[in-house]
Amino acid sequence: MMLSCKSASRLVSQSLDRPLNWQERLALRFHLVICRHCRRFGKQLQQLRLAVNAMVQQTERDTNITLKPEAKQNIANAINQHY
Amino acid sequence: MTNTAHEWLNAHGDYLYRFALARLRDAHLAEDAVQETFLAAIKNPNFAAQSSPRTWLTGILKHKIIDTMRKGQREIAVTDLTDDEDADMDEFFNARGHWAEKPIAWNMPSDALEQKQFLGILQSCMDKLPKKLAALFLMRDVHETDNEEICKELQITATNAWVMLYRARMSLRKCLEINWITG
Repeated sequence: MMLSCKSASRLVSQSLDRPLNWQERLALRFHLVICRHCRRFGKQLQQLRLAVNAMVQQTERDTNITLKPEAKQNIANAINQHY
Repeated sequence: MTNTAHEWLNAHGDYLYRFALARLRDAHLAEDAVQETFLAAIKNPNFAAQSSPRTWLTGILKHKIIDTMRKGQREIAVTDLTDDEDADMDEFFNARGHWAEKPIAWNMPSDALEQKQFLGILQSCMDKLPKKLAALFLMRDVHETDNEEICKELQITATNAWVMLYRARMSLRKCLEINWITG
């Protein structure tokens, strides 16, 4: 039974989250051989993953983003209260 | 010990805040997570013995971020949490299971300016996702949280997590494709 693109794309996504069983791997491999759209989708998910990593790192390294003074004060007060 | 905590707040508070903000994408939730992290840290008997406080605090913060996601779980339950793997996928596929719109090859950013624009578009695409779904996607695809741990902590089944992650990725790639200049 040939996979639909709908099922194939779901397996492509899940392969990022869990090991596929051998039937799934085989069915997906057959589908990807003949379907460039789903191959492209797989590539896009890799690109998406790289991009979100870059996005998160950008925020982490952006030293213009700091705790607001009030928030910092609240945390300092909370620390004092617990000691 | 109190002094150490205040020193750490000054030295690492901003970093921890950025770490939380990048994942929770909400200033108030991120501030709360940082506060919870410091309170948990000072109660920990190993507190004074930490040679690398930033790494240690970041480890605590990761758990606090997952706690925050769990507290907001009802939001997920209403909008996204479903065992029906085919739910709402009509947007992307026709009745025969073919792509409604075929994926296009992406021209990835080639310089710093394009990269900045691209990440800006990605940010706005993330903003369109329900917050907790976006957080789950980030916890997973930024490679830091084990799938099993997410499911255990969020008290969702693995199947639910896969369905939600699939939905998040489908939505994001479509949004990027519409808004980013593609080849």
